[in-house]
Amino acid sequence: MSAVDDVAAVPMTAKRRGAQLIMLAFAVAIVMVAYANVGLGEGGKVPAGMLGYGLGLGGLMLAAYFVLAKFAPWADPLILPLVTLVNGIGLVMIYRLELATRLASANTQLFWTALGIVMFSITLIVLRDHRALQRMTYTAGFVGLGLLILPLTPFLGKQINGARIWIEIGGFSIQPGEFAKLALVVFFAGYLVAKRDVLALAGRRLLFIDLPRARDLGPVLITWVVSVGVLVLEKDLGTSLLLFGAFIAMLYIATQRTSWVLIGVLLFAGGAFIAGQLFSHVGDRFEVWLNPSDPALFYRTGGSGQLMQGLFGMGSGGILGTGLGQGHPWLIPLSFSDFIFAATGEELGLTGLMALLMVYALIVERGLRTAIAARDPFSKLLAGGLSFILAWQVFIIVGGVTNLIPLTGLVTPFMSQGGSALLANWILIALLVRMSDAARRPPPQAIQDEGLTQVFQR
Amino acid sequence: MSELTLLLIRLAFLAVLWFFVIAAVGVIRTDLFGSRSAAAAVARKPGKPARQPAKPKKGEPKQLVVTGGPLQGTIINLTETPITIGRANDATLVLSDDYASSRHARLFPQDGQWIVEDLGSTNGTYLDRSKVTRPTPVHLGQPIRIGKTVIELRK
Repeated sequence: MSAVDDVAAVPMTAKRRGAQLIMLAFAVAIVMVAYANVGLGEGGKVPAGMLGYGLGLGGLMLAAYFVLAKFAPWADPLILPLVTLVNGIGLVMIYRLELATRLASANTQLFWTALGIVMFSITLIVLRDHRALQRMTYTAGFVGLGLLILPLTPFLGKQINGARIWIEIGGFSIQPGEFAKLALVVFFAGYLVAKRDVLALAGRRLLFIDLPRARDLGPVLITWVVSVGVLVLEKDLGTSLLLFGAFIAMLYIATQRTSWVLIGVLLFAGGAFIAGQLFSHVGDRFEVWLNPSDPALFYRTGGSGQLMQGLFGMGSGGILGTGLGQGHPWLIPLSFSDFIFAATGEELGLTGLMALLMVYALIVERGLRTAIAARDPFSKLLAGGLSFILAWQVFIIVGGVTNLIPLTGLVTPFMSQGGSALLANWILIALLVRMSDAARRPPPQAIQDEGLTQVFQR
Repeated sequence: MSELTLLLIRLAFLAVLWFFVIAAVGVIRTDLFGSRSAAAAVARKPGKPARQPAKPKKGEPKQLVVTGGPLQGTIINLTETPITIGRANDATLVLSDDYASSRHARLFPQDGQWIVEDLGSTNGTYLDRSKVTRPTPVHLGQPIRIGKTVIELRK
């Protein structure tokens, strides 16, 4: 009936700790080579901090590995090494930009990475069975909504670069929206497990599309209102797109009905269009997207200058890049956060960017694989949803930076400088690891071996 | 630092980056096609007798293939568990054959060899041309005939 009901076939799996450790060492080695390369390219000598950074990252990942081996021994062997590589390349790029601009800080980022690993470990240790999250469906929903509107509260909220998505507590600024997306995915998963039959079955058929009943549109409309609210009140195009996309994707996973996707896309396109007409900050983004090379837009503040610098950077990188430490990525405004992908593109070229995208794709593939192997519908939806928001984030920001879609301020997962996003994404990875551990763990042996039929029809 | 060295480092770094991706795909490959060590690890996990060798050797059969009869083309992957053949619903290979008994025959591994045993069937089990009267080792490619069905072990 739907993707969630599947055969209980459990693939043959093994722990593959050896492979995991080797890949992890490989990832850390690549990051160290990248550090050395930055130093050689920039100043002609291996940077003094290379061993410190390399061993720091290596030690952190080893710690994460031990936690994983102890608390989730059957987890997918690839997720951690892949994430390590992306996080490490991000660290290297920030270190590289720190040499040129004051705003980037590799030490801070390494500190946040360490904190990310701590969050990863805590999540794995505390959350022994992810199905506990299913019991907190509505709690998660309220927490998510609360976190989303937190920046709008008068004293806590802070507006930086035009978007009101930060709160300030004791000198630290946090983006609660990053954590909200995790809570909301948990909520969507729990909610859709309970409601998917109604959403999937009831309705009329019009032409070749199954239309849902009007009253079943409620949750979609509510999510739509929330997304558009985020868009308008917090001026945050990225989070709005992220949330709504995640909900539609999970609705599709749960019900397998194309009509939901169509309705969702139409709703969002309509909402974004109207918002573009009414609110200047949204309209500006569209204008920049359509004519980035217009000189009038280029010189305007908040115009296409940043986008064009990013495109120039990637253009001068070409196929093979200028080499680490040998380009001019600091010319792109905010090259260490939103535009880190363009900065990396300049120094590693198309070849390097494709490798990075492949690594992201592999992380997502492992997540979706977990969703396929998972045994209960809640895990399937949660794993599918979490992998989807990771992929969707990468798509939104990379698409924005390359001018495929209007630019929205989202972080590149694990690469951009910024604590909240890094922490939230490490928790996301911990959840995926926890679920892949549950999915790959061999089932308890049946009492009667003879009863286990294994006939595969070809 | 000369231009040439930097160029070489640059190319080498990109190559290493891609090698990482390929290595990761290599790890995934076993996920799709299964690996010998993976199967063994699962078999080793329940119970602790460690009687079975960790890895099956090269020459050991891995599949049971039905080569004749109504179920022709069916493949059963061999694990450590015994395989029962017959008309009974709980048999591993369920035959719908008037000439087969409900519990007709059994195949089980012993010391790295698969043994066929007739479970007192009415019409008998044949290995090659000879009737199976007591548990007999089966070699690769040797046809086992049960009623109209012919099965054999393959690598």
